[in-house]
Amino acid sequence: MMDRLGHVGLNALVGIPLVGALLATIGIGLFWMPYDPIAIDLTHPLGSPGLRHWFGTDEFGRDVLSRSMLGARISVLVALATVAVAITVGTALGLLAGYLRGWTDRLLMMITDAVLAFPGILLALALIAVLGSSDGSIVLALSTAYTPSVVRVVRATVLSIREREFIEASRTAGDSPLETIARHILPNVLPPVVVLATSLFGWAMLSESALSFLGVKVPPPAPTWGNMLSESRPYMDVASWLSIVPGLCIAGTLLGVNLLGDALRDWLDPWRET
Amino acid sequence: MLSYILKRLLLTLPTLSLVSLAVFLLIRLIPGDPALVLLGEGADAAALAGVRADLGLDHPLPVQFVSWLQHALRGDLGRSIVSGEPVAGLILQRFGLTAAVVLVAVTAATVIAASAGLIAAWRRNSAIDLAVVGAATVVLAIPSFWLGMVLLLLFGLKLGWLPFVGYIPFSESAMQAMLFLVMPVMTLTITESGVLTRMMRSSSIDVLQLDYVTHARAKGLSERVVLTRHVFPNAFAPTLTLVGLTLGHLLGGIAVIETVFTLPGLGRLMVDSVLARDYPVVQGCLLFTAVVYVVVNLLVDLCYPLFDPRVTAR
Repeated sequence: MMDRLGHVGLNALVGIPLVGALLATIGIGLFWMPYDPIAIDLTHPLGSPGLRHWFGTDEFGRDVLSRSMLGARISVLVALATVAVAITVGTALGLLAGYLRGWTDRLLMMITDAVLAFPGILLALALIAVLGSSDGSIVLALSTAYTPSVVRVVRATVLSIREREFIEASRTAGDSPLETIARHILPNVLPPVVVLATSLFGWAMLSESALSFLGVKVPPPAPTWGNMLSESRPYMDVASWLSIVPGLCIAGTLLGVNLLGDALRDWLDPWRET
Repeated sequence: MLSYILKRLLLTLPTLSLVSLAVFLLIRLIPGDPALVLLGEGADAAALAGVRADLGLDHPLPVQFVSWLQHALRGDLGRSIVSGEPVAGLILQRFGLTAAVVLVAVTAATVIAASAGLIAAWRRNSAIDLAVVGAATVVLAIPSFWLGMVLLLLFGLKLGWLPFVGYIPFSESAMQAMLFLVMPVMTLTITESGVLTRMMRSSSIDVLQLDYVTHARAKGLSERVVLTRHVFPNAFAPTLTLVGLTLGHLLGGIAVIETVFTLPGLGRLMVDSVLARDYPVVQGCLLFTAVVYVVVNLLVDLCYPLFDPRVTAR
């Protein structure tokens, strides 16, 4: 038992400060940033990190720290929106498939299988090619790629509990299917969904930065960490901080979110091992 | 065994049909004349009429789909808007490089993950376990393209050990080609080993607690034999499934790595064609990767009984 507490503890001990730092950065950025993140200052291009600009400046003389702070807000918003859409749609479809079974279930499973057969990034790329590149289409494309995994997890959970006595009791008591689902099934589905949501958040963030890196991005000049990374490539040899700072931001955030997700899973579901 | 294989084969049919339907409909999502979308803005009237006749655009959608599918099954995926070359040829030409990088990297990552995960589970909660889990967790949080850029910065620019931009085909110089591929393979191996290691560790922990392992130990078998003969085969099966799942997704993930290292692979072809709105190539790449994914996972599932004989009994 101590063992397990120790494990949860270590994950939380590192995860919570990292996520806290991210939230604090976003919070502070709402009220104050050292410089205007999109103000161009051509007298100081590619300035190295120092007292005036802690993380240096980019090729247009824009302050990297301020841009990273604004980037945190945009990257997190895009990831949150993606997770919200995927979780809502996925949970609804998963509940339907698991509760109704039969043809609804079979059809939904065939569709999720087909969507899962496309590599997530390529599917998102193709959808963005068709929809046009904007924040909205990135969210839509990524949530399309992630919804099937939510459907699968929710459906599996529903299948594991739908024959249990308390569900039977609710049905016998004359509750409508909707009531049974909302009152008795949904609460049991939530823990695995919460855990899945944290890993989805990490994937969404990673995919958004990968898409931006590939050139399909949230329209500039708004910085996301992925945009900043892809724009830093030509200056890698003369201004390595431009590549290192946003990369560390992504890695730190992902590490924090993943650890928090692990801690959450150990806490919600202590019988399953990492 | 035979019925297991047949059942598994049949299961791929609905998936493949839906995949091809989705790829077919993708082009129809774009507003406007599909023939114009497929040939690009500058197309002349004769070519447009030719494509319209080919696709049977005056026929209802289901008929169009069947005719498109017949072409695709014969390996005719249309022509690129940008270069005019047949899409199938372009894909095959680029696939070799991508497949080589992915196969080498995934094999390396699997070997690393299988041994590290097994040892970490065996010495659970020791310093080794903590180090393995810690490393795997950190690796999971590092974007592959950023790792690639850092490696470029380090080995290519600062130390100058490895060539870092461009690529020389194997046909010209095998030695040179391999040097160019060291960093991409290294990047992919590192990023893929994270998730596989965690999987291997957790399934090894489960297996180590089973009675037959205790029994094997009680018989006086050495730890080495217990681990390699008794624990490994069962613990490896879930990891193998995960390898199959990642192998498919790597065909997408490698696009960013090919961009970092400017390799002319399949991922780059897909990205370039998306940016150039070269829809026939986008369609072809999507269909191709999805089919590869389905086939790879079919093969993995067919390998499953080799590791876990109980599978066929189900």
